[in-house]
Amino acid sequence: MFISLTINGDSREIETTPSETLLSALRRLGFHGVKFGDEHGLSGADTILLDGRPVNAGLLLAAQAEGHKIATVEALGEHPERGWRRTLGLHPLQQAFIETGAIQCGYCTPAQLLAAKALLDKNPNPTEAEVREAIAGVLCRCTGYLKPVQAILRVAAVMRGEAVEPIGNELGEWLMEHGKPSADSSPLTMNYSPSSTITQVAPKVLVAPETRPYHTVGKPEPKLDAVKLAQGKPAFTADMEMRGLLHAKILHSPHAHARIKKIDASKARLLPGVAAVLTWQDIPRVVYSTAGQSDPIPGPLDSFSLDNKVRFVGDRVAFTAAETPEIAEAALKLIEVEYEVLPTVLDVRAAMKEGAARIHDEPEYVPFAVCNPAKNLAAEIRIDIGDLDKGFAEADEIFEAEYVVPKVQQAHIEPHVALTYWDEDDRLVIRTSTQVPFHVRRQLAPVLGLPVKRIRVIKPRIGGGFGGKQEVLVEDVAAHLTIATGRPVLIEYSREEEFTASRSRHPMRIRMKTGVKRDGTMTANEMYILSDTGAYGCHALTVTGNTGQKSMALYVGDGEFRKSPNIRFHADIVYTNTPPSGAYRGYGVPQGFWAVERHMEKIARALGLDPLEFRLKNAIRPGEFHPFSTAWNEGREPHPEIIHTVGLEECVRQGKAAIGWDEKFGNTEWHVRATRQGYAVASADKGGSPLRRGIGVAMVMQGTAIPYLDMGGASIKMNDDGSFNLLVGATDLGTGSDTVLAQMAAEVLGVPTEDILVYSSDTDFTPFDKGAYASSTTYISGTAVVRAAQQCADRIKVRAAKLLKLPNYETIQLSKKQAIALDGRSVSLTEIALDSLHHSDQEQIMGVASYVSPSSPPPFAAQFAEVTVDTETGAVTVDKLVMAVDAGIIINPLTASGQIEGGMTQALGYAVCEEMVYDEKGRARERDFGDYHIFRADEMPELETIFVETFEPTHPFGVKAVAEIPMDGVAPAVANAVLDALGINVNENPVTPEKVWRALKQLEGRS
Amino acid sequence: MAFHEIKLTVNGGLEQVRIPSNMTLLRMLRESLALTGTKNGCSAGECGACTVLLNGEPVNSCMVLAVECDGAEVVTVEGLAGDQQLDPVQEAIIHSGGVQCGFCTPGVLISSRALLDRNPDPSEEEISEALVGNLCRCTGYIRIIEGVKEAARIQTARS
Repeated sequence: MFISLTINGDSREIETTPSETLLSALRRLGFHGVKFGDEHGLSGADTILLDGRPVNAGLLLAAQAEGHKIATVEALGEHPERGWRRTLGLHPLQQAFIETGAIQCGYCTPAQLLAAKALLDKNPNPTEAEVREAIAGVLCRCTGYLKPVQAILRVAAVMRGEAVEPIGNELGEWLMEHGKPSADSSPLTMNYSPSSTITQVAPKVLVAPETRPYHTVGKPEPKLDAVKLAQGKPAFTADMEMRGLLHAKILHSPHAHARIKKIDASKARLLPGVAAVLTWQDIPRVVYSTAGQSDPIPGPLDSFSLDNKVRFVGDRVAFTAAETPEIAEAALKLIEVEYEVLPTVLDVRAAMKEGAARIHDEPEYVPFAVCNPAKNLAAEIRIDIGDLDKGFAEADEIFEAEYVVPKVQQAHIEPHVALTYWDEDDRLVIRTSTQVPFHVRRQLAPVLGLPVKRIRVIKPRIGGGFGGKQEVLVEDVAAHLTIATGRPVLIEYSREEEFTASRSRHPMRIRMKTGVKRDGTMTANEMYILSDTGAYGCHALTVTGNTGQKSMALYVGDGEFRKSPNIRFHADIVYTNTPPSGAYRGYGVPQGFWAVERHMEKIARALGLDPLEFRLKNAIRPGEFHPFSTAWNEGREPHPEIIHTVGLEECVRQGKAAIGWDEKFGNTEWHVRATRQGYAVASADKGGSPLRRGIGVAMVMQGTAIPYLDMGGASIKMNDDGSFNLLVGATDLGTGSDTVLAQMAAEVLGVPTEDILVYSSDTDFTPFDKGAYASSTTYISGTAVVRAAQQCADRIKVRAAKLLKLPNYETIQLSKKQAIALDGRSVSLTEIALDSLHHSDQEQIMGVASYVSPSSPPPFAAQFAEVTVDTETGAVTVDKLVMAVDAGIIINPLTASGQIEGGMTQALGYAVCEEMVYDEKGRARERDFGDYHIFRADEMPELETIFVETFEPTHPFGVKAVAEIPMDGVAPAVANAVLDALGINVNENPVTPEKVWRALKQLEGRS
Repeated sequence: MAFHEIKLTVNGGLEQVRIPSNMTLLRMLRESLALTGTKNGCSAGECGACTVLLNGEPVNSCMVLAVECDGAEVVTVEGLAGDQQLDPVQEAIIHSGGVQCGFCTPGVLISSRALLDRNPDPSEEEISEALVGNLCRCTGYIRIIEGVKEAARIQTARS
């Protein structure tokens, strides 16, 4: 059928079918700015304007658009430089999103822009609340919404002709407090106050005394990839158009544990439009691990692309490939499967019991370290530091408690998606949304029966990963089908599949036992974890190992105990018939800090100690060994490691001031003077309002890369005009790492950041990088970039010395695209480039370097939460989150604060509402964004980020990690705030209304 | 513009295509069926880069209307190789060095296949005669002709 409509001002007649969605039609026509986020319009990534109103294109049939005016992001504005043709340039909204750092992965950006445009078209002077409401329908998992909201308010102000604070180099200068970290903790000048001057975007940075003023490092540079993302360019995996493309679907198991007795795909294969159906009988049986990690994989090999056994509801049974997704889906229903249903293990506590069903009985199983599939034990950890018994014997008090953390989803808005095809050299190309392109290539080669060299993995832009894409999850499905059919195959997960058949954060039961002297000196600390890896052991050992390795390292004790801490960390990681756990931002550490920081709070209160002082008294200090570095290294040889920089005390000082700790903590009057819309202002002394306020804290640490293992490479070459191509294996998944790496190269080479053209993550073209995980890119890949840039810089200086007829080159400085001699004479980089490529002694100026670190310097942070609890319903509303973080030197305050804000927002979900629950048959309760709630723009608390810089001596610019640490402390800080408000303890997160209400009733029953 | 639904066999598989009246077989192969091995060199039937087998005979696909192919059997360069091995003409031309830029190669291979189908042991003259419609600007033809001779030997050895 044909329909007429107007798209971005052009009248069009398009052919469609009665069942095609408008989303599908628009993408088919090349409007790739419209994205698939979920099936039910709940993510809002598919937002377009229909007659000026934002609507979900995925919920409309194309036929319903007949006669209407459609606007997509492609019509908003375009790149100002298009050769000789003048353009109107980008729309102010696009410009503002780019400049303020409102774009991280950029997958939801087109939708946010359109929603914002619809708002500003009818309301040029919106309040912050109105802006938040206008974009509330577009979920964003990266930014925490603060910067998008700021961007929209800035644009509104600009369009009204009002002045706004500049963003740019000047801003970076004046926001920093030069000199030593300041004890003055009053809010900064220049009207900086996040709650009111929402148009101000750069965070507070306390500059380390060792750092120098740089021309680009430390500056709030806009993200290099933001320009294309703001225009909705076809930058993502699914945006590539391929002729003859087939669509893949997976038949998932309806049973939690079953053997496939018989499987018959003959009817499915006969369905017109079906190109291939694959069952376990059709492909080789190769055991592997889906965890994207370095060789050798530190975990069991226990997975098959397809197997004759299914181990969780959602496990793979068969693959189909067809001309359309609908046909591929229809083919699934024609596959006849006969199951022999087996007994299940759904509770971790039952997994190792005598007589429990055995989940892995396949003979191909390859164990790693301590591992016993006969007992459903995927991994075991036994770490003993010091003398625990002696430590407990010396304690005045011993505190024991059990804590529970749930399974939660990464919930990146772009689902798992991969496109495979044979290129003209008969090499298999895998274009995939992955954090680990080099691991994908290495790990899939044997599974596909191809040598590594015949596979090329390309990582385009990624719509968020957060660890979910550190998994080789769907690439093999498309690849098997391309091998079977010879045709390009696209597989894109539905949102339901994301919830039922991907990876998640490990749920854990954590037992704490801590010995303390009355003065608050910790004498011994013990953690035991029963961790649930689900049906497969991907990341089983390493995630849970990290839980102890990071969270149990923060507190070493004081005095003699500080010199020789007594720490025990034991864990059993067991299989159950639930969807596999895996990597999720924080990688086990948020689980650990839930237990440790709840426990520390309770101990401080029981002993009548100030919770902040008690923590700092026992916390690790600069110059001390990382206690675990002497005992454990993910099953590899341990290397003792000294921690050089700890900015924790200053973080506490800054964070306390920002949240108003001294006025609020333990202040009964403040606790009861809570009001909320709908309630009258309560009189403080009568406690008339059912609302209670509370304030809480958690201190946390993370790591920066895996020492002696994680390697990143970089190469840089100089072009004719003095610009540079920077090729890195490092995998920007929306975090801004491409930009941060370019800033470091630009700093060394004396050019603006935009003169560095970054191309990342293509196994054919870029050097190796282990990928984006373990908070490592700025540190590891960054050092490689700096080294490669230094090689280039040296060659540039040598040639400059020759052109300037100087005897030696060492004193030449590179700055402002010039090589400048001490006597003030200079030669431009363009001249040097032309000379080197064309004029004399021709050579390609380039540098190649790689880096692996002997240390993993931990970032530290103090995270504060202010909450209001409704005592009638148990509902906890988080009013404000403050995070003061020592992440070393900050290369880019915009992207770094974007990491903190987005991380805090995910952690906020972990604190109060996100959890995945399974019924007695192992079926998931949460299957879409309706049941699994992630925070919307209009539900957000106030967020404040403060960077307390320290100069980490092991990195050329002094950086440490920033990406994962914001996940760690929000949940315990919120629960500690609830304790402060009401005197109740919730030991099992998330802190839901039901749990709070029950705890309240229990408290009332006791009193 | 009138549209037509036609059915034909391409490289052994049944295809159903909706095409406008003026569409050439070449365009249909490249645009509707994504078989881009067949090349457009002149759009005038002079260079032979677009050669395909139509019911076993080599034709310039740029000179054939797609509608004429209803019910026909078409073989393009993509259909030469079997599942397990290359066609003898492909294998031989790789080793003889008969491929330089490779743009005329698909047409050359199709013409060679047609020749060996009707004459499994052609003379050098017969080979030159068979390839007269396939212009090549790179090789000077010597290595192509060597390749076809070798292909004939491989074909005989395989049979």
